[in-house]
Order: sequence, then C-alpha cells, then structure tokens
Amino acid sequence: MAAADKQPVTGAGPFNDLLTWIDQRYPLMSTWKAHLTEYYAPKNFNFWYYFGSLAMLVLVIQIVTGIWLTMHYKPDATQAFASVEYIMREVSFGWLMRYLHSTGASAFFICVYLHMFRGMLYGSYRKPRELLWIMGMLIFLCLMAEAFFGYLLPWGQMSYWGAQVIVNLFAAIPLIGPDLSLWIRGDYVVSDATLNRFFAFHVIAVPLVLCGLVGAHLLALHEVGSNNPDGIEIKKKKDPRTGIPLDGIPFHPYYTVKDIFGVAVFLAVFSIIVFFAPEMDGYFLEANNFIPADSLKTPEHIAPVWYFTPYYSILRAVTDTFMWVLSAGVVVMAVLIVASVGNGLIRIATCVIALALLVGFFTFDAKFWGVVMMGVSTMIFFLLPWLDQAPAKSIRYRGPIYKLALTVFVVAFGVLGYLGTQTVTETRTLLAQVGTALYFAFFFLMPWYSRIDKCAPEPERVTK
Amino acid sequence: MSQKQDVNRRRRNLIIATTAAGGVASVASAVPFVANMLPSERAKALGAPVEVDIGRLAPGEKLTVEWRGQPVWVLRRTKEMLEAVKADEPKLADPRSQRNPGELTPDYARNQHRSIKPEILVVVGICPHLGCSPQDKLQPGREAFDPEWRGGFYCPCHGSLFDLAGRVYKNKPAPDNMPVPPHAYLSESRILIGKDKNEKGA
Repeated sequence: MAAADKQPVTGAGPFNDLLTWIDQRYPLMSTWKAHLTEYYAPKNFNFWYYFGSLAMLVLVIQIVTGIWLTMHYKPDATQAFASVEYIMREVSFGWLMRYLHSTGASAFFICVYLHMFRGMLYGSYRKPRELLWIMGMLIFLCLMAEAFFGYLLPWGQMSYWGAQVIVNLFAAIPLIGPDLSLWIRGDYVVSDATLNRFFAFHVIAVPLVLCGLVGAHLLALHEVGSNNPDGIEIKKKKDPRTGIPLDGIPFHPYYTVKDIFGVAVFLAVFSIIVFFAPEMDGYFLEANNFIPADSLKTPEHIAPVWYFTPYYSILRAVTDTFMWVLSAGVVVMAVLIVASVGNGLIRIATCVIALALLVGFFTFDAKFWGVVMMGVSTMIFFLLPWLDQAPAKSIRYRGPIYKLALTVFVVAFGVLGYLGTQTVTETRTLLAQVGTALYFAFFFLMPWYSRIDKCAPEPERVTK
Repeated sequence: MSQKQDVNRRRRNLIIATTAAGGVASVASAVPFVANMLPSERAKALGAPVEVDIGRLAPGEKLTVEWRGQPVWVLRRTKEMLEAVKADEPKLADPRSQRNPGELTPDYARNQHRSIKPEILVVVGICPHLGCSPQDKLQPGREAFDPEWRGGFYCPCHGSLFDLAGRVYKNKPAPDNMPVPPHAYLSESRILIGKDKNEKGA
C-alpha cells in the first residue's frame, strides 16, 4: 500500500503522530512541500510582489465581512436601504463590518491594479505564463462583476441608476439587446426582481467562480514558477546536485515572512481608512448613495465608483464625431497588418474585417460602438502575451519606446479615471477622446513598437 | 498498429449515441434556468395605464407621473417654448422623429411639436442612451454645455441634450429622441397614459 511507503512525519514535536496518521490518508506533506517549503521563488522579489498575496488577504476580508453582513441585510426593494442603515446604526459593530466591506472593495481593486501593473512592468504575462495571465484576467472580470452586483444592494440612488446604466449597456447590442437586458433585470425596469437576483450573484455565484479561479491561478503559477523583476527564467540555472534553481529560495519561510510584513503595513493603512475616512471623500462611498433609490429621478451628478471610471470615460468618449477617429484607427491598423504580414489569406481577412468595421461604424449607433469600445478596453489585456513582441521581458532591459508607451498608458488611464468622475463638458469630452485614442494605441500598436525597441541584453542570473 | 481492429463498433456507436442524447438533455436542462430569470407573470401584469389630471398645470410647469416604473413627464409649454422648439431644429439629430417611428413616436405625435395638443408635451423622461432621467433645464440662457441654450433637458449621466419636445441634439451619446408614450385625452384636462385611441400599448 502507498500509505505504508510514506516516511513518518518528523519535526512537528507532539503533533508528529497525528500528522503521520493524516499524511498516510491524505497528501498532506507532499502538498505542503510542493506549494510552500519546496516551491522555489526567485530571490529578487521587490515591493511590487506584495500585491498578489494582499489581494488574497482582501478576498478573505470580503468573504468574512460579507457573511456577517448577510446576517442582517434584507435583499428586498422595500427593506434593503433601511436594513443597511439598520446595520450602520443598530447592529453591534455593524458599521465596522460594512466599512470593512466597502473599503475592502476599493482595496481589492487597488491591489489588483497594482498586481496587473507589476505584470506589465516585468513582462510576467509572457511565455510560459500566458495562461496564468488569462486566469488572472478572468479573476479581474469576475471582480468587476462582483463589485457591480454588490453595488446595487444598498439600494441607494447611485446603486439604482448605476445598475440602470450598466444593464442598459446590454440593450445597445443589435437585435438581441433589448431582450437581453430585460432578461438580466427580470423586469421592465430595475426593480425588486433585479435586486434579488443581484444578491444571489453577489453572495454565491460570482464568489464561487472567483475562488475557483484564484485556486487555478495559484496552481498555474506554481506550475510555471514566478517571474521576477529581471524577467529571466531562474529554472535555466539549477544546482546540478540538487536540481534547485540557483536563484530560488523556498517560499516558506522566506516569502511568507516577507508577505506578513506586507500584510502588517497594509492593515495599518487599511485601518486608517476604515476608521477615519471610510467614504474617502466620495470616492469609496458616494454621497448620493445615502439617498434611497428613486426610479423617477436621476441624481444631479452620477458617476461610477473610481475603479470603473476609466472604462466609463471611454464609453462617454465615443460620440458620432469620434467614429471618424475610430475609422482612421482601423485603416491604420489594416495598412500596418497588410504591410507586415506576408500571408495572403491574413491580408485578405484583414481587409474584409476592416471594411466590415467601417461599414458597421456608420450603420449602427455610436452608442453601440461606445459599449463595444468599453468592453474591448477591459478585455484587451487578455491579448498582451501575444501583442508584446519585445526580445526582453522586464522593463529593466527594455528600450525607451516601451518605457514611454507604458508611461503614456498610465497617464491616459489616470486621466480617463479622473474624467469619469466628472460631469461632461466639451473640453472634457475632447480630453477623454484623446485619452481613449492613447489607451488603445498602447495595445494595438504594441506588436510594432515593441519589436523595433532597442532592448539591452538580459543578464544570465538575477540581479539585486 | 492493431488499434483499429480492437474497436468494438457496437460499443463505439453506443457511446456516440449516449453522448449525443446526454448532450441534448443537458442543453435542454438549461431552458428552465434561463426562463426562470425572465419577468414573472406578476411583473408582466403590472403596467396598467395611468390617468393624470393636468387641470392645474400652469404654462411652463412640468409634472411627473409613474408609468410602468418609469417617469412620464407632462409639460405645458409656453408660446416662447414652442418657438424655441421650432428654432432648435437645425441642432437636432432627428427633428421629424423619423427613426423607429412606431416605437418612439406614435403617429399622432409625429409633428413639429411632438404632441397631440401643441402646448402639452407628454414624454417618457428616460434618456434613450443608457436610461438615466434627464434634468430640467427649461430656462433659456447660457449653459456650460451650450452657450445659446433655448431650454430643454440635460442628461447628467452622459451629457445628452434634448429640446423642449424631447428631441435629441446632434452628436450626443443618445441615438434617439425620448419616447412619447401611447396616450389619449379623456377630457380637456385628463390624460390617460399607456393607452391611446388605437387601443395600442397598455
């Protein structure tokens, strides 16, 4: 029998016998070793490598506080708003659970955005980590869905009108759109039926998928091994005797200790926000959401929570005149592809797709294309592993073009994010249109500019 | 290799048949789950027409009634407002309400003032872009979004502008005019919203 072949567990003092008993019936020690004590991570992780573990911590905070909130919350259009106020004023420590949960939502996006930016700095999405990146992107999409469904639950004015706008996005799809949004709402307007199902999605459906994806993301990570700030593979240089990467250190205890330090700093900052600025001046909790939902009156100023505003700006930027910019973009892309690809079939396909898009731009409403552009702006990250053609992975060895492009992208993302919180004026729309063009140029032109960029040679071994 | 000979044809065909039948059954089992999310019978039954009394509505005043969970506006336009409606035409995307006329503007409102009686405007106060309810900007004057504003409605969500007949301005996110609901006059001062003389709607 396999169980009898296993060595007894040692080194756990009084627990040796118990652990041995378990290990003979369950892959306890082998799992522990494979994922912690004998998972070798590069020794040169820096500040940016905190955010993966911090995102997991926030996930745990959200799940725990979420369970406690559901003990008092009522998913009913007539009672939801009042039950949230009840939690805030009358339930013991209800205010704390709610502020931890609402601040946790923003903290989750901060961690995930920084985690993704780390990937873009060091080329962590490049081969062999494409699937790891895709799973991460799926987590990001789930997170956006989770945040959106959760935002309806307090049934305030922003909850109501935010859901109204987002569900109506689906109505812009030609032919099936109106029926699709009706199906999502379960009623002709956002109503009790919508609230009830969003509650179901928010507390069980999406979190289940999210946890599954996080598990898959970690398994994929441990299969290919972590990238590092130098963007080189530590598995290429192994100790010939042990087979352990020369630049690798066991995740436990080295990185568990490092991550615990990160957790301590994070919790300090997080607590300051929870206790002293939970509304974050309207960025984490919006003032209009302290007014009960009113289906007859849209608030004076409606804006999504900060983490959605860049995409929201892109949605607003696509007006009738902007269709000409989009058309020019499609023509430029088509010419670039035809000029650089030899394959005749791809050339013809490019021309056909470009032509279809140009016809479509002026057949369907700009509203539909705004929704498409918003969708593309969140999905485009999926393609990064294939858009990036640079010889070096890490920004440390990449040339000036990528450094400039990434800076421009970050600025565009920030400006779009700011504009999304503001009301519309002509100047702001123009600025959002420039931002939108730069945002997409970063991705769509990447196959060309990343190839001609002058990269420095990558080192053999990781540096400090 | 002898792999091909080892295949038991009867078993293979049975596997194919079982997989196909099982596949059809699992796809069919999605039907109740999808249909479950459609509006319930109760939700469909709601949405009866509503009656509104406009007897006390002074010129230049607007009232809002709820019909099918949506705000319906009734605005009694002044003479100046009706002149503004006329003057705004070059700025509008679809001044004659020709896009999707059946859905958005019933034939009895497909005229310059988009209403049965010239001064009384009845529209669903929902922006056809993404469903926000535009705000009243009834007074003419200088506005941040239009220095020569003649009065109308401004959508706070994405900046669409509508004139005093609920018609959308050019180059705005909203593709259509605000819809005119089916409605009819029961008497001089009473309007039925949700049902018209052709028995349409409701």
